[in-house]
Amino acid sequence: MTATTTPYAELAAPSTARRLLTAPTTGPLVALLLACVFFAVSTDQFLTGGNFSLIVQQVMVVGTLAIGQTLIILTAGIDLSCGAVMAFGSIVIAKMAAEGSLPPLLAIGLGLVICGGFGLINGLLVQKIPLPPFIVTLGMLNVAFALTHIYSKEQTVTSLPGPLTALGQTFPLGHTDITYGSLVTIALFLLLAYALSSTGWGRHVYALGNSQEAARLNGIRTSRLTIGIYTVAGLLYGIAALLLISRTGVGDPQAGQTDNLDSITAVVLGGTSLFGGRGSVLGTFIGVLIVGVFRNGLQLMGVASVYQTLITGVLVILAVTVDQISRKRAR
Amino acid sequence: MSRTTRPALSLLRVAACTGVAALTLTACGSGSGSDSASTGSGSVKVGLITKTDTNPFFVKMKEGAEKAAKDSGAQLVTAAGKFDGDNAGQVTAMENMVASGVKGILITPSDSKAIVPAIQKARAKGVLVIALDTPTDPQSAVDALFATNNLKAGELIGEYAKAAMKGKTAKIATLDLAPGVSVGVQRHDGFLKGFGATDKDVLCAQDTGGDQAKGQTAMENCLQKEPGINVVYTINEPAALGAYTALKAKGREKDVLIVSVDGGCTGTQAVKDGKIAATSQQYPLKMAAEGVKAVVTYAKDGKKASGYTDTGVNLITDKTQAGVTSKDTAYGLENCWG
Repeated sequence: MTATTTPYAELAAPSTARRLLTAPTTGPLVALLLACVFFAVSTDQFLTGGNFSLIVQQVMVVGTLAIGQTLIILTAGIDLSCGAVMAFGSIVIAKMAAEGSLPPLLAIGLGLVICGGFGLINGLLVQKIPLPPFIVTLGMLNVAFALTHIYSKEQTVTSLPGPLTALGQTFPLGHTDITYGSLVTIALFLLLAYALSSTGWGRHVYALGNSQEAARLNGIRTSRLTIGIYTVAGLLYGIAALLLISRTGVGDPQAGQTDNLDSITAVVLGGTSLFGGRGSVLGTFIGVLIVGVFRNGLQLMGVASVYQTLITGVLVILAVTVDQISRKRAR
Repeated sequence: MSRTTRPALSLLRVAACTGVAALTLTACGSGSGSDSASTGSGSVKVGLITKTDTNPFFVKMKEGAEKAAKDSGAQLVTAAGKFDGDNAGQVTAMENMVASGVKGILITPSDSKAIVPAIQKARAKGVLVIALDTPTDPQSAVDALFATNNLKAGELIGEYAKAAMKGKTAKIATLDLAPGVSVGVQRHDGFLKGFGATDKDVLCAQDTGGDQAKGQTAMENCLQKEPGINVVYTINEPAALGAYTALKAKGREKDVLIVSVDGGCTGTQAVKDGKIAATSQQYPLKMAAEGVKAVVTYAKDGKKASGYTDTGVNLITDKTQAGVTSKDTAYGLENCWG
């Protein structure tokens, strides 16, 4: 693996200047900026504070899921269940609170615990049996999807109490209305970026992704670490569930059906390697913004939505190609 | 393999990604060129949001909207959810359209309830919102609804089936849409009303999502459960054709009456071929065309469309029944969609 030829320290915590130069996020960032320039030139409505606030709102749910997805992909795993787990969490929160069985804050807490629990089970199955993450989370995708539909009885939950949609409220910043949920997502990105780049835990995550065996031999408790990562990811899906409710104002059992692939798309676009050990959550943030900017910009230009999907597809293949080429060179 | 060193590698990455961006920019540039070529800068912008991009029903709807927009000098922008039920995708499209300055939005809601808050936001910004095909819940969440009367569409095939089964004991199976979706419930209830039956008379009811493969599976299971079934109501023609395939495998296709709703071209052809006995044909092109006209009127006079407009439904069959008004498949094929 790369760990044998590349110094461990460089993979884990390179200096700031070097990180900027060699970071896998440089390419995605350039692509994002070019896309912004292009849309700013093409349409009058793109380059406004209100529109950027809108784009962040539109990516906050998938963005929050993608943070958890990044953590798991950094360990060379994958999570197909994230959207379905979020949908189940959101329907539990919405139903519990709307039908009055629980006070809103407790309902939110229960949703977080349930999503965290799904993450914990995923982690235990991956680590203890062990099973491939793809299979575990594919199974859990179906379990969570079915539970969502059973528990909701296929009914959308409306008339939610205020605290559930509080994060969807806006506050003015200059002339721009910002939703509180956008701030939550950005704060989570910054928090996890800090944890990954500047704490011992973060270094262990990268080491684990590079080689579980090497990490174990270096005294890292890989089993606990893996289970912990899946659990943290689950909790993040719980927060995404709350953001989803606050954004749409309802509990929707149909939600999140493509969010697993959308979150993987964002992670890959952000330069994180599907083989583990390389990448960052800030890259993922750029990745979700790329998707959001293309969707918004093309719609402002009046281009049919299918072109957005086409472009996302091309970008993903190119991003993985770049990753593969750079891995070969690193070897 | 490692001819270059790491700093060069980062340059390569930047170069590759710049290339990516350039490539995609060209791609979307050309896409937009063909789309907005016919539109002027000062024209009225109309948004159309369908459930999906792929269902022929919505393709026809888009066609109707495009033609109407061209005739009235309006600019049409379109978007769709990724799958039937993708509320978040529709909300996002709606926000982006409002941001782009549309005067009105025509939408077939994927989730009748979940879309309501987003519609309220758009209307608060002075955008006229018209639901096409599927009502919102509550219906008053939109300014106006242009749709088929689905209860009536069901009644027509119910009455037809009743006349066709005269003197025989009907054993009914219903291949439905999905629980809680108003279109499916209304067609189902309309069929039973027209037939003069109740849910107790239905020997086998299965959800198909309007999908052909699922319709086939559902029919196979129904025949397993109740081999004597001789009347099959289907939510749409793909489900009907699935049912036909299942019946044919059992050699029962001649003595079982299949009725359906929609009037798609494939479905109407199946009526002509005798696979489906009769179908209630609806007119998506008309819904969209009327919708575009309403937005243009609003932009010119400030007059908002309101209430419910029935865009019409006709019973299509070649095996007419006494006392049931119908049109033949020649008419059906001329006016079909898809």
